[in-house]
Amino acid sequence: MQDLPPDIWIAIRLTIELAATATVILLIVATPIAWWLSRSRARWKEAVAAIVALPLVLPPTVLGYYLLVLLGPSGPGGFVAGLWGARTLAFTFEGLVIGSVIYSMPFVVQPIRNAFDALGDRPLEVAATLRASPIRAFWTVAVPLARRGFLTGTVLGFAHTVGEFGIVLMIGGSIPGKTKVLSVAIYDYVETSQWHEASILAAGMVVFAFVVILSMMLIEKRVSRVGE
Amino acid sequence: MTESKMIEVAFRGTLGRFALDATFMVPATGVTALFGPSGCGKTTVLRCMAGLQRLSEGFCIISGDVWQDRTTFRPAYRRPIGYVFQEASLFPHLSVRRNLLFGAPRRRQISAATETHFNEVIDLLGLDGLLDRSPQNLSGGERQRVAVGRALLSEPKLLLMDEPLSALDRQTKDEILPFLERLHASLSLPVIYVSHDIAEVERLADNLVLMQAGRVVTAGRFSDVLSNPALPLALTKEAAVSLDAVVRSYDAKYGLATLEVDGGRFTAPMPSAPIGSRRRLTIAASAVSLTREPPRATTVLNILPATILSATPAGEHETVVLLGLGPGGSGSHLLARITQRSWDDLGLAEGMIVYAQVKGVALAPA
Repeated sequence: MQDLPPDIWIAIRLTIELAATATVILLIVATPIAWWLSRSRARWKEAVAAIVALPLVLPPTVLGYYLLVLLGPSGPGGFVAGLWGARTLAFTFEGLVIGSVIYSMPFVVQPIRNAFDALGDRPLEVAATLRASPIRAFWTVAVPLARRGFLTGTVLGFAHTVGEFGIVLMIGGSIPGKTKVLSVAIYDYVETSQWHEASILAAGMVVFAFVVILSMMLIEKRVSRVGE
Repeated sequence: MTESKMIEVAFRGTLGRFALDATFMVPATGVTALFGPSGCGKTTVLRCMAGLQRLSEGFCIISGDVWQDRTTFRPAYRRPIGYVFQEASLFPHLSVRRNLLFGAPRRRQISAATETHFNEVIDLLGLDGLLDRSPQNLSGGERQRVAVGRALLSEPKLLLMDEPLSALDRQTKDEILPFLERLHASLSLPVIYVSHDIAEVERLADNLVLMQAGRVVTAGRFSDVLSNPALPLALTKEAAVSLDAVVRSYDAKYGLATLEVDGGRFTAPMPSAPIGSRRRLTIAASAVSLTREPPRATTVLNILPATILSATPAGEHETVVLLGLGPGGSGSHLLARITQRSWDDLGLAEGMIVYAQVKGVALAPA
């Protein structure tokens, strides 16, 4: 591993930072969305669900294109960037976080919503008859009972952010230390015929994916044995 | 009206194709059974009382406290209720102890009074030894007992029970019923008990709200409703009356207790009976036969003079006779289900004094 150039380590660190930040934001944003989708009786809620799920089917480049427009100097992203004197959110770490959050949203919302759906009304009714306010019932009953959904959502959100490529390239480019994440780094190595580095990174990603999925399955098994 | 100890309820509205129009008023003491066939709207009424369901027109006042009227709707979590569902519905992620304490008022310090209350409920329901277990490792009966305990520990002013025994098998039911009877005997908490099983109702209820197809047929004291031949209950094959009795003496040699009811005395086999303790007698209409002369040399222990108050045909060839014990039939009521032919052969008529032979008396603590 000593022969790995330092820019690989920078890319690895950046990727983890990006995925961790995006995952935290995803959980904060996706939980209320999933709750609303699961509990609301609004007729148009499935339309909202479809919008959240769009990144599943849209080509990442399409999503990346719109994000580029939105985050760029003449979009709302540019206006927000102007608040701290920058010109644009595109080609910045913040821009990447925003893109990742949108792109990975369905992978976090869906498992959490499924877990909330699986609860049914009963546990919350029981909580209400025991004087628990809706907020207390949410934190002490719904969230702990839906923990498998949260676990799956967290792992998928993180892993999916680590693996994204198309959007990153569209809105982030390949600025070392700022936007050059692992998937882009592999692409760059291949472009410049650095096969050795590319193959090490690619193999690393395979191992990472395997470890993520295996540990998720093991933890789920454990969690389900304790609960339900 | 603020001090009235009444439960006043009126709910009207439709749920899908089902129309509910239920109004009743019962005393806010003892156990009130909401009784009727499956699908008659009992559970809906209970859910409306709990605030779990909201109908277009609702009115619910408990001992002067308005829970719902035209302008008010208290959400479920603001109503001082305990609710026991058909299935125990324990929280699977919490231990039995934490389930029990989930609804307990959260005070900064566990006061001596809270702890006494906790221990009382644990004792009453026999929950000692289950506290640190997970709900998954409990039997159906144990789970339902924990659910009752959890509801009680939330310190409710009204306990609502939705067929708490119906999901259990016969044996488990018989294991839990004594706990519910103890509950009834030792707590002053008013209870609304939904059931379609007359046997449960007989053992527990003080008041009865009889429902059919979304409407209240009648509401009143259990023994009155049960023995009223104008109401459908008295005309069924399972018709029975429940009488509250006091143990007056006990004959240890034969294992027989003498129990006094209003207007008469019954003798019934019992393992033991403290003098003065209260029991509830259930006497099936089919276990009562009538004679015009006092019978001699019979194995039937209980023969009571009674006055025929009324007779109502039941089915094609049978008659349900309402009897009053005591002078002039002014005491407790009995029902006798006899054939039309016996009625005619004996020349029975309203107002006549007859002898009621009672072949079977079921006992429950009251």
